[in-house]
Amino acid sequence: MTTNKIGLWLGAVIFVGIGLIALFAPLLAPQDPFQQDLTRRLLPPFWMDGHNPTYLLGTDQLGRDYFSRLIYGARISMMIGILTVIGSGVIGTAIGVVGGFYGGKVDDVVMFAITTRLSIPLILVALAIVSIVGSSTTVVVMTLGLLLWDRFAVVARVATMQVRTQDFVAAAWAAGCSHFHIVLREILPNILAPLAVVTTLEMALAILLEAALSFLGLGVPPPLPSWGLMIAEGKDYMFFSPWVITIPGVALCVLVFGINLLGDGLRDLLRTGRTT
Amino acid sequence: MSQPLIEIRNVSQTFRVKDGLFGKPRRIMAVDGVSLTLNAGDVIGVVGESGCGKSTLARVILGLQKPTAGEVLIDGKRLHDLSGKERARLIQPVFQDPFSSLNPRRRVRDIVGMPLVAQGGIPGSEVRSRVEAIMQRVGLDPAMGERLPAQLSGGQRQRVAIARALVLRPRIVVCDEPTSALDVSVQAQILNLLAELRRDFGLSYLFISHNLAVVEHVASEVAVMYLGRIVERNRSADLFHNPQHPYTKALLASVLTPEPGLGIPEIGLGDAMPDPSNVPPGCRFHPRCPVAISECATRAPVVTASQGGAVECHLVEAASV
Repeated sequence: MTTNKIGLWLGAVIFVGIGLIALFAPLLAPQDPFQQDLTRRLLPPFWMDGHNPTYLLGTDQLGRDYFSRLIYGARISMMIGILTVIGSGVIGTAIGVVGGFYGGKVDDVVMFAITTRLSIPLILVALAIVSIVGSSTTVVVMTLGLLLWDRFAVVARVATMQVRTQDFVAAAWAAGCSHFHIVLREILPNILAPLAVVTTLEMALAILLEAALSFLGLGVPPPLPSWGLMIAEGKDYMFFSPWVITIPGVALCVLVFGINLLGDGLRDLLRTGRTT
Repeated sequence: MSQPLIEIRNVSQTFRVKDGLFGKPRRIMAVDGVSLTLNAGDVIGVVGESGCGKSTLARVILGLQKPTAGEVLIDGKRLHDLSGKERARLIQPVFQDPFSSLNPRRRVRDIVGMPLVAQGGIPGSEVRSRVEAIMQRVGLDPAMGERLPAQLSGGQRQRVAIARALVLRPRIVVCDEPTSALDVSVQAQILNLLAELRRDFGLSYLFISHNLAVVEHVASEVAVMYLGRIVERNRSADLFHNPQHPYTKALLASVLTPEPGLGIPEIGLGDAMPDPSNVPPGCRFHPRCPVAISECATRAPVVTASQGGAVECHLVEAASV
């Protein structure tokens, strides 16, 4: 087993692990993450003096169980990450494949769309949209999903152009296959490898952007436990209770790190073309 | 034989290439006014250097590219009027590189059956039995249908490509250097297979190659291309034993012989590679021609009948008057 394989497995374990935690959050969380108890505010986690065994990772400024909020926060991060890449992946791949496949004027339009999108500052647009329609999880997913397609489009376009010139595509033309068949059967399966890598990168980016938006108070609205929001809510107390921001921060880091490891591992695995 | 199976009439294919956003667009003459006929049962070999337009001609005949000028008639019908499905039933390709001509993500069974599926309306059981029959015919175990192309050898891959080309029982197969990417030992097997299949299925081949020995072996008629034009065309035996055009002579002289001690032959063409974006005036071969006369630089030669074939050369033209 090479080091890359170790990275791939570690990444997969982290990603699947956090995914399972998110899926089974109601079963795993020891406490109600919304239950406030103002008499037990800012209790320290288990490795510090004065901790309460009921609250494994202590409590936040409103006395809510931090461990349970962390578990429920995984749901928000995973959901936003996955839904965003599904939306942006479909949009970006469609745009990129069409541009790369047809070329010429169609490709000029696609390139114009991509450069236009790249010139739009992401956070600024997200802030504008949220300030107009208000913040909710749906708005965050929609905004990110409609904005994060640029890398999918760039990669899908270039990969399609590369695959399109191969003889097996010419053979499919000569066999009388339809455009739809050629795109679906001959091109798409051969550009999945780079797209899989982009998917992981974009998922990590979407999760970080959600955290950033929530930190700015424009993402997931309280009292929902988003990791970004937990950092934002904890920042006033970090001087005396630093764990309120280190715990969700570490969780965020581990998840993004795991996804990136998974992406690197996938890239190396698929590049060698060994599928058996 | 009333009408030729393929009739290529004055076909030209130019590409516009732009150097950067503000660069002056250049026109590359890949194929320039080529006319050629292929009769049923014949094998026409097309030979020439790299970049002379052989493969572009093949792509035009396969309908993969619309020619800039001229037209291709297949079985009396204009190629451009045929639908993709109709075209696929008449003409199929076998490409040079069996590693890029098979989709690495599809199983052999699906690759071979693709033309049948593309026709539509053929039940799955019939597709399966026809795929198995053609695989057997080209010397592949039908059990290999489950494999991916990466699990096959070069020769096996080329057999898969041939099976895919023949599964629809077309009348013409365009072979674009079908053996040049294979080991020498496998080349002979594939050539013999192609000859056998031609006999059994009544096929006609347009056989593109830069390997003169291969062309002499398979072709009944040979066309020599230089910078997008056919400079000489004749029956295979006549062309190889009595070449007319100086370029054909040079090509034949350049063939390596297995005799030891002879070294690499001197072909006397210089090393100036022809540039299809800057075609010389007059006869396009004159800058490299060892026997060029002053007229060659100013006036393009016309097609002259000679020795039962056709040649484009001033010297032949002068001799025939």
